[in-house]
Amino acid sequence: MTVSLVQFLIVAAILFTLGVAGIILNRKNIIVVLMSVELILLSVNINLVAFSAFLGDLTGQIFALFILTVAAAEAAIGLAILVTYYRNRGSIAVEDINMMKG
Amino acid sequence: MNVATLFFYLFSTVMIASAFMVISSRNPVHSVLFLILAFFNAAGLFLLLGAEFLAMILVVVYVGAVAVLFLFVVMMLDVDFAEFKQGFLQYLPIGGTIGGIVLAELVLVLGAWSIGPGSIASVTTPTPPGMTNTLALGRVLYTQYVYLFQASGLILLTAMIGAIVLTLRHKVGVKRQNVEVQNARTPAEAVEIRKVASRQGV
Repeated sequence: MTVSLVQFLIVAAILFTLGVAGIILNRKNIIVVLMSVELILLSVNINLVAFSAFLGDLTGQIFALFILTVAAAEAAIGLAILVTYYRNRGSIAVEDINMMKG
Repeated sequence: MNVATLFFYLFSTVMIASAFMVISSRNPVHSVLFLILAFFNAAGLFLLLGAEFLAMILVVVYVGAVAVLFLFVVMMLDVDFAEFKQGFLQYLPIGGTIGGIVLAELVLVLGAWSIGPGSIASVTTPTPPGMTNTLALGRVLYTQYVYLFQASGLILLTAMIGAIVLTLRHKVGVKRQNVEVQNARTPAEAVEIRKVASRQGV
């Protein structure tokens, strides 16, 4: 393989950075925040698979599989909470989530 | 430049561009579609790395389930998404600064980094030669990591029950089946025998 490990790691680092920036930039839009979390998890998966391929160790791919599972569960729960919140309040504005502020 | 390098640059460029469009697009539906494109290109990168099973699972799970779930929710919610873009320019300096710092740190770490000499010798589950990726993964997943596998199944079960409980809604005035009442019915209370006179009707 002519592509080196560091190149894959840099691609994953750029993706991670875009995810972090997306969380900060789209603070008001909770759906895009969830998508940014998915991007971050994807970059972690790329890291794990790249290390697994270059070290010849299967554990990284197993771990990526588990991260995939947890990401799917997290998206399902997050969107379910979002739908419930929209049903109760009629909006998904993040600033309005302060009912427990006291 | 050989084919693998060419495809690496193609996949990673398209993936990073579509990830950028995910966070900067005005319409969330476009964001979800760009997210799907990013997942497809990540699957291509996985294929380049020789992780075929994970590439296919990424397409099936992320594109087939998670992204479609996002699309459903985005289209179901009747929200004016344009107003959420108000703070975008306001947060752009701090977001760009934090992103730049994170990226610079990561690249600095990678610049002086190399695989340690003992790390290849100390792998716990080496990739067996002459075996497909799926077979090798299955051999490890169902033996060495079987408890974690079961635990991830439990996590999915919890997520499923949680999502159902969160979104289940009991409307009033809907006729529902009541099993106990049905089972408690007896002929004595359910059947009424009337004596009908001949040629008279009920």
